Amino acid sequence: MESSRFFGLSEMAYILAMVVYVIHIAFRKKAVGVTATGLAVFGFASQTLAILLRWREFYLLSGMGILRSIPLTNLFESIIFFVWCLMLGYLIMEFRYKNRSFGAFVTPVAAVALLFINLSGMSTQIEPLVPALQSNWLLAHVTLSFISYSAFALSFSTGLMYLIVTTEDRREGAYIFWTVMLGIFAAVLMAMGLDYIRFSSAMKSETFVRDFLFKSSYESGSSAVRVISYAATAALVFLVWRFGYILKKVITGFNMQAATLDEITYKSVAVGFPIFTLGGLIFGAIWANQAWGVYWSWDPKETWSLITWFIYAFYLHARFLRGWKGRKIAMVATMGFVAVIFTYLGVNLLLSGLHSYGSR
Amino acid sequence: MKSFLDKVWSFLSSIKLAIVIFALVALTSIVGTVIEQQASYSENIRVLSSLVGQGLAPTAYKVLYALGFMNMYRSWWFLTLLSLFAVNLLVCSIDRFPAIWRIMRAPVKPIAHDQMKRMPIKEEFVSPGSPDSWLEKSVSAMKSIGFTARTEKEAGGPVQLFAQKHAWSRSGVYVAHISILVILIGALVGVFFGFRGYVDLPEGYTANIVYSNDMDMSDPGQVARRESLLGALYSEGGDLQKAAQSLNESLPGYEKDLRSVGVIPLDFQVLCQQFQVQFYGQTDMPKAYRSLITVLENGKPVVTKWIEVNHPLKYKGVMFYQSSFRLRHDLSNGVAIMDVRSPSGQTETLKMKVGQSFSIPGTKETVRLAKFNPALAFDDQGHAETYSQLMTNPAVKVDITGPDGAQSSKWIVQRYPETWSLPDGSSIGLTDFWGVQATGLQVRKDPGVWIVYLGCILLALGLYVAFFMSHKKIWVRLAPDKKGTLFTVAATCPKNRHAFEREIEKMVTHLKGGN
Ligand code: HEM
Repeated sequence: MESSRFFGLSEMAYILAMVVYVIHIAFRKKAVGVTATGLAVFGFASQTLAILLRWREFYLLSGMGILRSIPLTNLFESIIFFVWCLMLGYLIMEFRYKNRSFGAFVTPVAAVALLFINLSGMSTQIEPLVPALQSNWLLAHVTLSFISYSAFALSFSTGLMYLIVTTEDRREGAYIFWTVMLGIFAAVLMAMGLDYIRFSSAMKSETFVRDFLFKSSYESGSSAVRVISYAATAALVFLVWRFGYILKKVITGFNMQAATLDEITYKSVAVGFPIFTLGGLIFGAIWANQAWGVYWSWDPKETWSLITWFIYAFYLHARFLRGWKGRKIAMVATMGFVAVIFTYLGVNLLLSGLHSYGSR
Repeated sequence: MKSFLDKVWSFLSSIKLAIVIFALVALTSIVGTVIEQQASYSENIRVLSSLVGQGLAPTAYKVLYALGFMNMYRSWWFLTLLSLFAVNLLVCSIDRFPAIWRIMRAPVKPIAHDQMKRMPIKEEFVSPGSPDSWLEKSVSAMKSIGFTARTEKEAGGPVQLFAQKHAWSRSGVYVAHISILVILIGALVGVFFGFRGYVDLPEGYTANIVYSNDMDMSDPGQVARRESLLGALYSEGGDLQKAAQSLNESLPGYEKDLRSVGVIPLDFQVLCQQFQVQFYGQTDMPKAYRSLITVLENGKPVVTKWIEVNHPLKYKGVMFYQSSFRLRHDLSNGVAIMDVRSPSGQTETLKMKVGQSFSIPGTKETVRLAKFNPALAFDDQGHAETYSQLMTNPAVKVDITGPDGAQSSKWIVQRYPETWSLPDGSSIGLTDFWGVQATGLQVRKDPGVWIVYLGCILLALGLYVAFFMSHKKIWVRLAPDKKGTLFTVAATCPKNRHAFEREIEKMVTHLKGGN
């Protein structure tokens, strides 16, 4: 497949861009900054091309209309689209505000998302659509959902940066909150890396990923490995907690005002929330009603979307209360994105492994 | 007493309560996604064992069961929480409406010079030329960014221009809140005046009842009652009237009993004429499946329609959705539908049961339909076997007796036309094996769905206005100055201030510099 070559190219470009953006923050040389932007733009261009090529491949394979063949039907394709939206949003911001500092935070999210595809070993095959998925409402639903997820991802990174910048005392709740969150995040990614190394040769489908997720760490057959995994996670969290001030130094180093971070967090939630409501909840409900005749059935995916929605509603309303400014509210914003990730990945990979409907 | 009511009112209208409810709904819902809802005991014991260990699972189950978590979205406390949420929204909306209304209706008024300087957006500069000479230009500068200004002369010479835009956008939040109440009302209408059911119809079968999805199958008493009520119906061949008589009941009384055990009588009948499934290429992945459904009133057909996934049939407010399909256990009533072509090209469509024989026109061969296989495959030794529980690869085995009495047999496979031709140049094409598949239909009636959709539209509009539009006010004051005119520009805008500031900059460039 032609498209996979360009996906690979864009992934490499984003990873390089991430490194160069970080160097740029450290040295503030114009040439370095331009290189970083160049890499990001190059990555974005090849990703765009790859998506278009895959669209064409899908169109030729499925024999359905061009709109129905939009490559947005499985986990792989939606992650690609998420990264694409995120980078588009970021590049627009970079050109408008002439500020490259965020690049060092957005490109890692993009790179991690793409690496996640490799690590989890999910299927990158083009899969024909089962009948229930052949709906234009679904298309609108998925597209808008991912645009809103990108906005929430942005609010997550700025919210987290806000917490990093404004906390210092290691016994303070907000400090513990962000260090634990970051530590667990890193540990989970590493655990997935282990799964990848152990099972990569055999990995194929999403079901497969589900069955083998964390089998080399937290869910291992050997209790020793399980204990070690949890201990290692705890150690990692401890390290982040102990040395979190280094991160603070780095971020304060590039003059990010806490107030600006707070404002960007709010603004991206304010963009993401209405889009999520329309695309994620309303269009999803209309599609479900067309396919099965129930617009709401409290299934885990729907319920998690609702949980996400309520957390962001919590965020928006808590801003009107006295005493809920600053750190407290930034924590809510970061929790919102954890719910987003769980809505998208956790329900498919963890909950459906727990329930019998997943194995059906 | 009044103060107590006031307290209740302010409690019910507070954002604090809203926030607590948001958190409670989110947290309890998480539990609801981990516990499988309305599932069997053993299912959730399995789930709990993998979470808390085998030893604790039964205790955890007991506790969670007592708290209603096994069917939590219908539990009294969750519904209470949702009701409290609705009351909170309603009271909050009523409470705030007068204030919003006043702000929306209030005209802009000129403000004092020093008050202008305290506005969030402000600018002051001097341009050559008298205020009078600037007046008209200022009006058109404001027009250029979409404001229609009114003018008022202050005592002592200065002139003030003022305008506002999108005052009604203040109602966006209000509309968004009300829309959620509308959606909840629509949901209630659906619960009280609709039903959610399903029916499984083999090809050629008719149904006048469907089964509710919401029936609790864990109560043995209910299940037994259901069996006996349905038994009466079956023994009368599906005639509701006669079944009611056999139980010495009136028809409405019998129908009411049926509903109470999760059986929903329809006042018409549905017939599945045919079911078809289409696969991607020669794989077993369904590309599309559909049923030809006929609605009958008193045995007379009134509507016939192909329904497929995402394309339901609607009749008298009841929707029929294609949802699944299966193969019947008993294949003996199936009919093979075959296009038989003679060597000279004469064709004929035949409908045959397994065991029957026919002759191919223009030849002296007789063909007997020996076997049917819904999913034909061959094992290593070349023996035929059935590889799936669906009709993924239908095939018939035919025994052919030639004019000289020679015997041969052959598999005719629907998917592979190359298996259709016989050595003498004639061919038997299998087009369908009718009567062995059953279509699974979801049957719904939800008169509330349009109210829900209306609420959704309002919610989308309300949120759009709430986040992307903003009530803008602007004042421009022209005062005489030694060097010409002293301009004071002031503006307010609750949201997207930067965009508004840029617009104002655009306007200001018209007012700066030479006349
Ligand atoms: C899940 C349901 C709800 C949604 C989607 C929702 C949505 C919103 C939105 C989008 C805003 C504007 C926030 C902003 O501009 O930053 C808002 C503001 C507000 N909401 Fe809600 N809301 C909900 C429930 C409630 C409830 C139950 C109350 C009850 C007290 C409430 C009271 C308020 C108030 C007082 C404001 C401030 C309005 C203002 O002055 O601008 N909301 N809501």
